[in-house]
Amino acid sequence: MSAYFPTMGLEIHAELLTNSKVFCTCSAEFGGEPNSRCCPVCSGLPGTLPVLNRRAVEYIIKAGYVMNCDISRFTKWDRKNYFYPDLPKAYQISQMPRPVCLDGHVDIKVNGEDKVIRINRIHLEEDAGKLVHDDVNRISLADYNRCGIPLIEIVTEPDFHSADEVIAFFEKIKLLLQYAGICDCKMEQGSIRCDVNISIAPKGSNELGTRTELKNLNSLKAIAKAIEIEIDRQEELLDNGEKVIQQTRRFNEAAGETVAMRSKEDAHDYRYFPDPDIPPIIFTEEELDDIRASLPEMPEQRVARYVEKYGVNVKDADTIVGDKRVCDFFDEAAQDSSNPKAVANYLVGEFMRRVNLGELDLDNIKFSGKQFAQLVEYLYGDKLSQANAKVVLGEMAENGGDPKAIADEKDLWIKEDNDLLAEVVDEIIANNPKPVEQYKNGDQKVFGFFMGQANKALKGAASPKAIQDYIRKKLSE
Amino acid sequence: MDLTRAKIRDLRKALDTKEIGAAELCGEYFKKIEASDDKLLSYITVTKDKAMEMAADAQKKIDAGEASMLTGIPIAIKDNICTDGVKTTCSSKMLENFVPPYDATVIENLKNEGYVLLGKTSMDEFAMGGSNQTSAFAKTKNPYDLERVPGGSSGGSAAAVSASLAPCALGSDTGGSIRQPASFCGVTGIKPTYGRVSRYGLVAFASSLDQIGPICNDAHDCAIMLNAICSQDAHDATSARVDIPDFTAKLGQSVKGMKIAMPKEFYSDDIDDEVKSSVVAAAKTLEAQGAQLIDCSIPGLKYAIPAYYLIACAEAASNLSRFDGIKYGYRGEGRTFEDLIRDSRSKGFGEEVKRRILLGNYALSSGYYDAYYKKALALKQEIIKEYNEVFDIADVILTPTAPSVAYKIGAQDNDPVKMYLADICTVTVNIAGLPGINTTCGYTGEGMPIGMSVIGKRFDEQTILQCADAFEQTFAPTAPKL
Repeated sequence: MSAYFPTMGLEIHAELLTNSKVFCTCSAEFGGEPNSRCCPVCSGLPGTLPVLNRRAVEYIIKAGYVMNCDISRFTKWDRKNYFYPDLPKAYQISQMPRPVCLDGHVDIKVNGEDKVIRINRIHLEEDAGKLVHDDVNRISLADYNRCGIPLIEIVTEPDFHSADEVIAFFEKIKLLLQYAGICDCKMEQGSIRCDVNISIAPKGSNELGTRTELKNLNSLKAIAKAIEIEIDRQEELLDNGEKVIQQTRRFNEAAGETVAMRSKEDAHDYRYFPDPDIPPIIFTEEELDDIRASLPEMPEQRVARYVEKYGVNVKDADTIVGDKRVCDFFDEAAQDSSNPKAVANYLVGEFMRRVNLGELDLDNIKFSGKQFAQLVEYLYGDKLSQANAKVVLGEMAENGGDPKAIADEKDLWIKEDNDLLAEVVDEIIANNPKPVEQYKNGDQKVFGFFMGQANKALKGAASPKAIQDYIRKKLSE
Repeated sequence: MDLTRAKIRDLRKALDTKEIGAAELCGEYFKKIEASDDKLLSYITVTKDKAMEMAADAQKKIDAGEASMLTGIPIAIKDNICTDGVKTTCSSKMLENFVPPYDATVIENLKNEGYVLLGKTSMDEFAMGGSNQTSAFAKTKNPYDLERVPGGSSGGSAAAVSASLAPCALGSDTGGSIRQPASFCGVTGIKPTYGRVSRYGLVAFASSLDQIGPICNDAHDCAIMLNAICSQDAHDATSARVDIPDFTAKLGQSVKGMKIAMPKEFYSDDIDDEVKSSVVAAAKTLEAQGAQLIDCSIPGLKYAIPAYYLIACAEAASNLSRFDGIKYGYRGEGRTFEDLIRDSRSKGFGEEVKRRILLGNYALSSGYYDAYYKKALALKQEIIKEYNEVFDIADVILTPTAPSVAYKIGAQDNDPVKMYLADICTVTVNIAGLPGINTTCGYTGEGMPIGMSVIGKRFDEQTILQCADAFEQTFAPTAPKL
């Protein structure tokens, strides 16, 4: 048992899903040929001026609402001055004393327990470009496509005491941002990034220890691992009678260690001051009400709707809501179904199984919700056997298409006529006198053997109930 | 045609009546530039080929009867206003070879009028200075006395208009940079209300103070230029969403009943007697036309210089950070990017620019912000309040434009503080965002022009143009002999 307890706070950067950048009209889309998505403004040419994208302001206000923040009626922008080759103006337009959002909170569930995480502030700023280092030719190249993509920075209070809490919170934030349509939260593309401030103190102490800031955490796994490693490092220092130095540390995932980047002494003096190019904004109550009203249905509301309206159980509803792509697909399917609960069952079961196996790509689902609902109708309406429904779904996942057309083409329907059923079962019974004998002597277990044989031979051409009834009838003759 | 101090209206008439063609007209100016600019050094870049193309286009418009006021009019542009495809150096080694890929909004507006670009005029480096002697390329002289400064920072534009090397020009004014050189060179220049003219494409010195404006032969031409360059610009968030009037509308109207305030702080012992008495005499002339002179006070003037230099330098320090040798401009040497940036900036910037960057960064540094920058912003509010109080009782304010006439080159070289103090008459107008116009009100015994400034309420350029024009009707300027 450790003699210390850790305390953590997060700074989360999320890129907004606006069409254009925050201070010019360039596309804010991810990627593109280097320097193909920039103009005189975002590449910082002399004489150019920033003009604030009001849509970005709308998005941060939405973020404030979903995180229960106070929205400032008066907000303004400041310049954060520092030199770096990926920052063409040598200052980042950000917000210091007057952020758009203040004092919020987000509820999370960690290992079954409820917890509230306080949000200190959320502010709007611009992203920087990217440097690409060519180690062979020993040169660095700058790509300014990312310059000026709108970012929100969410700063929490130091309310975390375990990596589990951090992960639960981060996942919750991702969901909130995705559902509100604010950010796509693709960590692998850097559209959401997380820095962790972390300190440890002896158990029972009322004071926080000296903190370090962890950067370069590119996945949930990296966040959890980096926290664990950094706590160990700090504990070891204190155990050896050494001190933790306030510094920024970079997580090196491959080496499994955190490495000092810079300490407080050589921290930048950013010389913040109000940006004279961007007039402050004063929001009216009406504007804020309109933005609030335009918020889409959030995760909790969706869970409630599925449970109340469709009778889906809470666990399944949580699973569906846990990924917005799944959830949107479910909404589309449920809308066209007479049995949304069955759709939910099959979605959480067979559909998700294929997603987890990588057979179904959520970013590129080749069939519609309506087609999926149709498939579920066939399955629950005894038109397709379990096995054949899987075959149909497999084909839909791979090549797309209509479930009816697939079942027709592959001849997978349960047949109405009993001739085939009689023929197949009669033959099985004739060929297996010994199990028949066993059954007649009261061994119910061999019934499964007959079912299995029949299923195998019929390939879903008869419903399980019809097979069962017929075998039972024949065996009792 | 004699182009000495030729006005836009004269040239318009000559072009429209086919007395002269557009190409011939700009050709005449190039001849004059070739003849005397090696002495005057008012231009950094002369755009002869481009001008001929633009003149040909303008001539087509004129021939088709589609000419507007500035079609075919040759204009000089200060070298901190971006011109697509034409070098824009800001008189700095840092931007010696910088060719912008876009036009400033004012240039677009002039292009729509069919203007002809004569060239880019010299200035103090990055508009920092009042003498044009901080230019890395062309240390412009005063056309009335080549041993004297032309003023600055728009010294090239003012000298060119004064010496008739351009009929009119654009300058920019952050703390007097249009009005003071106009005064030193004996021409008329107006700094419009902050937000009246788009700053998009003006290489920023101090964003909350900068404003583009024209330098011309008289107030009427200034009004014509304002009509062309003003626009509500979506590229500039500080561009005022205020209706743009016809700036010539009140020209020729009598100043009878106009209340002209003369704050006593602007007539202190710090102002040369010859300057003071000339401005007072001009005031009497206006009074004789029926204007009413009012005594008043702007006590905050004593804080104006420190407040101005703190705000301007702080903003400049940030605005000029982008010149790091990475993307464009002068690139020094260095193994790491820190070394590269340090070397580029150390060698690319001149001494005055570096002094102001250091001053600005110091004022913004952690621990000093409240003592300097924040206090300067509070003084700004105080100065705005005092101007408002004066405008409660007056229509315009009349002051000298500078404490002295143009001084000898080198006279202030070793004393930056003395140089800063010389801006006392002009900086508060920028701090308060007001419009101000300089016009010539007399000459010293040595024949150097004396300028006076008429300052107006926000967005009331019309009244100061009216006032300056009324005085100009009584005054015959003397052109310099080069």
